[in-house]
Amino acid sequence: MSALGYWRGVALVAAVFLAILLFVPAWFDLFEVLQMTQYIVLAIYALSLAYIWGFGGIVSFGQAGFFGLGGYAFAVISINMGDTTVPFLLTIALCFAFAAVLGYFMFYGRLSDVYLGVVTLVVTLIMWKLISHTAGPEYAIGKARLGGFNGIPSIPIMRVPFTDREMDPGEMFQYFMGLLIFVYLLLHVLIRSKFGRIAISIRENEVRTGLLGYDIRRYKLLVFSIGGALGGASGAMWATYQTFIDPNAFSLEMSAKCLIWVMAGGVGTLVGPIVGVVALQYLSLKLGETAFINNLVILGIVLVLLVLLMPRGIVPTLHDWLRKGVALVRQPSRGGAP
Amino acid sequence: MDFALIVLIELLRAVAGLVLIAAGLAIIFGMMRVINIAHGEFLMLGGYTVVLTTKLGVNLWVAILVLAPLVVGVFGVIVERCIIQFLYNRLLDSILATWGLSLLIIGLVTVVFGNTVEGVATPLGGFAIGDYKMASYTLVLIFAAALILAAIFAGLKYTRFGLIARSTMQNPGMAEALGVNSKLVYMATFGIGAALTGLAGGLLAPIAGVVPSMGVYFIGQAFITVVTGGSAIVAGTLSASTMLGTLSQSITFLSGPVFGDAALLLVALILLRLLPQGITGRIFSRSL
Repeated sequence: MSALGYWRGVALVAAVFLAILLFVPAWFDLFEVLQMTQYIVLAIYALSLAYIWGFGGIVSFGQAGFFGLGGYAFAVISINMGDTTVPFLLTIALCFAFAAVLGYFMFYGRLSDVYLGVVTLVVTLIMWKLISHTAGPEYAIGKARLGGFNGIPSIPIMRVPFTDREMDPGEMFQYFMGLLIFVYLLLHVLIRSKFGRIAISIRENEVRTGLLGYDIRRYKLLVFSIGGALGGASGAMWATYQTFIDPNAFSLEMSAKCLIWVMAGGVGTLVGPIVGVVALQYLSLKLGETAFINNLVILGIVLVLLVLLMPRGIVPTLHDWLRKGVALVRQPSRGGAP
Repeated sequence: MDFALIVLIELLRAVAGLVLIAAGLAIIFGMMRVINIAHGEFLMLGGYTVVLTTKLGVNLWVAILVLAPLVVGVFGVIVERCIIQFLYNRLLDSILATWGLSLLIIGLVTVVFGNTVEGVATPLGGFAIGDYKMASYTLVLIFAAALILAAIFAGLKYTRFGLIARSTMQNPGMAEALGVNSKLVYMATFGIGAALTGLAGGLLAPIAGVVPSMGVYFIGQAFITVVTGGSAIVAGTLSASTMLGTLSQSITFLSGPVFGDAALLLVALILLRLLPQGITGRIFSRSL
């Protein structure tokens, strides 16, 4: 695709998002706006994995680790400081740093894909265990008690930056949607930069890129850390949106969901995973209402079927089928008569 | 003196626990490089088999030693036929598929049996060492772990199937050229790995609460053990279990079980930074 065509596509998506930002709070009722705010937060979470997987070849099985860490860090810092803007930025920095330390061990140890997945998974599991065992009053950081399984309640609602006014749901929707557009554009700029191209070439062929003189460990570390920072940001947004965070933010289910959204939307795109979040969250909401289908069963079936039938994702596969169908219609005799 | 003995038994129990939960995973990983994320759920199914069959009046030992491995082994073969066999050349996809399977099993078991803790009473009572009392079942676990490792070693080294399995592991193309049906070997290996996991789940049922989500409590440790152990099944599992088990149990003595787990992870991370292929990637690299 030519550079112009590429940016035209990006601009189109951004314009659609902008239209959603401007019109949704006025046209939809409160419940739906809240619901969509949730999708936006999870979309940023999905983008954190979509970026490192699709454009750096790093499959993290523990993206929930950053999501949960972001949520807890934001809760603790904002409860102690009383503000939300600075804690939000601090949280992102903290998650970036945590990803960098973890990534150092993994990338500078040159762990293979499988080991990397397992290590990220296990780190998340241990974080989940640790945070679940912080029930007593002795586990407190400043004014914030960690609360074990019960989580941290009454986390401050996001305030309008540089003021003391809490956002109403419509404003929060617009603020978060703005952040999503910002992240979306930022990632595209990153991907098209020199750094991004080198990261993609590492995904395509690690050895060859290394032989061309690039320090692949450093590039992978930076990609992973950016993903960690984004995951942390989405966790913080989740915490302030719910005004509550509990150890489930670290759960395997949370990590798996992220993988499923990205797989469903298609690895190697940024719009796909966002569509994946909305489609699958909506599906599980609707099926959840029927109450006799367990949510995990649905997630499991979707994941197994995706891997077996559509390993490249729903959007790219449908695109392929459509193209094949068109070709078939145009050449009906092909492969028919002897 | 008595206290030292108790500490020794506790350390052995920690090591045995890691061996038990990791052995089945190590076989599947060592032989076909597939990381089975549903491993914890295989353990859970073994536990449920024991709980349900003993409720129906089956002898506890029959349930643990025969039924649990049988049920989970058969289940493993079915899983291999339906899912894993299509994904042997797609490592990452096989992991994701087993993850989906894991969620599916947890969900289904929750729907069928409910999210309640089941359990069976710990058999055999206890014995006294000086002023301290210990459950005799602890010794059964240690003994079982040793026996399982010995059986895997003997099976790989001295039987015909072991020879075929090892050759398939080293060079599947060459083994096929010599007339080995590698598909069958993979299927059998997956089944054996699953059966061992079922056995471990059955053995753990009397000491752990059996819940649909119990697998989550074990897989972290199982994965760390296998990954730090490296590709050699027996030597890797034994060396990693000994080291990590001793260490985490020592930390547990000093500061509680939660930090034991965290210490386990920390040591494993540092170890992997030094030996990215696991312990048996560098040391004992020619062992089984």
